[in-house]
Amino acid sequence: MNTLMDIRKLKKHFPIVGGVLRRPVGAVKAVDGVSLTIKRGQWLGLVGESGCGKTTLAKTAVRLLKPTSGHIYFDVPDEVKAEIEKLESLGQNNSKLNSLLKENDLAKFSGNMVRLFRRRAQLVHQDPFTSLDPRMKIKNIVAEPLTVHHFLSGQARETAVEELLLTVGLSAGQLERYPHQFSGGQRQRIAIARALATKPDFIAFDEPTSALDVSVQAQILNLLKDLKSEFGLTYLYITHELLIAESVCDYIAVMYLGKVVEMAKPEEIFHKPLHPYSQSLVASTPVPDPNRRVGRIVLPGEVPSPANPPPGCTFHPRCSRASQECRELEPALELIGEDHYVACYHPL
Amino acid sequence: MENIITIRDLTVRFYTYEGVVHAIDGLNLDIRQGETLGIVGETGSGKTMTALAILRLIPYPGRIESGSIAFFDRDLHSEIELLKLSEDKMRSIRGNKISMVFQEPGAALNPVYTIGDQISEVFLLHQRRELGKRAKEQVDRSLRDGDGFAAGMKRPFWRWQRRLYDKIAQESNLFEPRFLSHVPFFRRLLWRLKDESNLLTVDMLKDVEIPDAARVAIHYPHELSGGMKQRAVIAMALACSPELLIADEPTTSLDVTIQAQMLELFRRIKVEKGASVLFITHNLGVASEVCDRVAVMYAGSLCEVASVEELFLNPSHPYTKALLDAVPMPGKQLQTIPGQLADPLNPPTGCRFHPRCPSAKPVCQQEKAKLKEINKDHMVACHLF
Repeated sequence: MNTLMDIRKLKKHFPIVGGVLRRPVGAVKAVDGVSLTIKRGQWLGLVGESGCGKTTLAKTAVRLLKPTSGHIYFDVPDEVKAEIEKLESLGQNNSKLNSLLKENDLAKFSGNMVRLFRRRAQLVHQDPFTSLDPRMKIKNIVAEPLTVHHFLSGQARETAVEELLLTVGLSAGQLERYPHQFSGGQRQRIAIARALATKPDFIAFDEPTSALDVSVQAQILNLLKDLKSEFGLTYLYITHELLIAESVCDYIAVMYLGKVVEMAKPEEIFHKPLHPYSQSLVASTPVPDPNRRVGRIVLPGEVPSPANPPPGCTFHPRCSRASQECRELEPALELIGEDHYVACYHPL
Repeated sequence: MENIITIRDLTVRFYTYEGVVHAIDGLNLDIRQGETLGIVGETGSGKTMTALAILRLIPYPGRIESGSIAFFDRDLHSEIELLKLSEDKMRSIRGNKISMVFQEPGAALNPVYTIGDQISEVFLLHQRRELGKRAKEQVDRSLRDGDGFAAGMKRPFWRWQRRLYDKIAQESNLFEPRFLSHVPFFRRLLWRLKDESNLLTVDMLKDVEIPDAARVAIHYPHELSGGMKQRAVIAMALACSPELLIADEPTTSLDVTIQAQMLELFRRIKVEKGASVLFITHNLGVASEVCDRVAVMYAGSLCEVASVEELFLNPSHPYTKALLDAVPMPGKQLQTIPGQLADPLNPPTGCRFHPRCPSAKPVCQQEKAKLKEINKDHMVACHLF
């Protein structure tokens, strides 16, 4: 079984309430029909601008948010998925389907199932300055997942915490300190140690290096690489910097306004992008090398509001190749070439 | 070619409870006429402090200890020593001859005033005289033609006030005595003044490619997106056609596509207005895109200054090399810089980088290296050269 996480047609809408009765008057479509598969041991990069739903997708994938609709299968055999699909296509809301979903579909999990799942999937937040409780000592921060999940206790917990700090490159002498005594890079290491505490299979990173300096960023990325090979982890790595995605990820998904518009290997995204949006993203990424400079494509306008996305292809108001078709119908994500998916009527 | 800014031996220290922070230590830097100079470096390397020192805006516990900053004024065609100017003179330079775009556009704008109000404030402060002259001409024209407010029976009344105004203006030698602002004529003049500055504001907003500028001018900052806010801040900085524009990480909080729009805008400004730009950034990619020359700073001192091609293709200082190696690039093993950033409270002796430098020599511990020209347009402060 090669697939670890299988996200199918996932939607997460946040209601906008209005009026005296606080009724929903609309919805922010943060994630709007995303299908993704993450293979075991893969480092999947999720790239996109702010407000395109990257963070919401990651939070939904580790079930910090309950999806509006769609399925998330985490470590589920293919046969079960096929059976669920078959039952769903029959269209009946029968008890067999419901019980299968309750056992296998992360989107339908509740109570203890979620807690058990969270041992295996963790999230590292964006800003290490706010993700660590300033009033807790480092040893308590790192030990908290172990306590919450009844993993270890007593002396065993303390040794585990020490080991964790050593794996992320901090020393045991720093156990008694508070977060404010550490620099940004060290804090991010603490956050990573905390995520590693329950020995997960899957970690989602939400822009872990965006608050850090270039040299510290390189240290963290190297650490992540080492940890991945050491523990056999699977990563979902969210970033808005394409250079990072290109240099460390195995596979890249480009998101725009709640949808995945292109998925491919990093080389293909960077040298042969097929979606006009990925092309302009690549072209507008500044590269510190005067020789490797592609003609810049400056996109007009800004990302539309996800509360009121344009009809048809959501990218058409900024796209130079938009046709009548794009304005009316939404393109589906289709396989073009090896492992290369594009959602566009006029791929480059 | 004249330098627009010549910084010599600038030292800035912060006197805090924990000790003296050496923010900038003996900095020598030139900004040439019409160029874009980039300053790159990590957090705490003194990039922003250099910019603030030029404007003499170093915040409280900090002090400019020594050094000189000479500013070449194109209008007066002479050099001005900024560190010796009086606060009044300095205020007439800030925002007028030298202006600054701050890092966070959301924090740089006042949330309780509209965008238009905030930009026209610059005009009302620095160009009051010209605006006033224009407003007076407008009012005079209305009086002469007898249209607008001065139509019909009221005309003699307004003429009388106009003569009164001339008398006061001659005697007090002040354009607009505030205490007279409830006299109808003076109020009318003030309105005209505001109208004129609003017109200029809308022009300015159009100049930075804001669509529907007249509508945006009456919006409050929270109603605009990050990119729009940054454009408004740039418009404010450009309002008086400054000779030097300091941009302190103007694209850090923006998305890649919006960042590309901003970089394009900066390039256009430089060409159209002929202003020199000091571009502070920590993103080496951005620096390579917009700058003509790049200066690399580490722990308050300058490591290397060179033209863009020279710096990125032929980096000489060990720190520059390490910094470039730490940038993630496809097909390249990420290199890290060993050790921690230098502690600004008690920085290492000699060269600030020597504890982390792979090719440090004994002399590096004792002596600070001077800037040497090793190539055309390529200065390095390192004992290896």
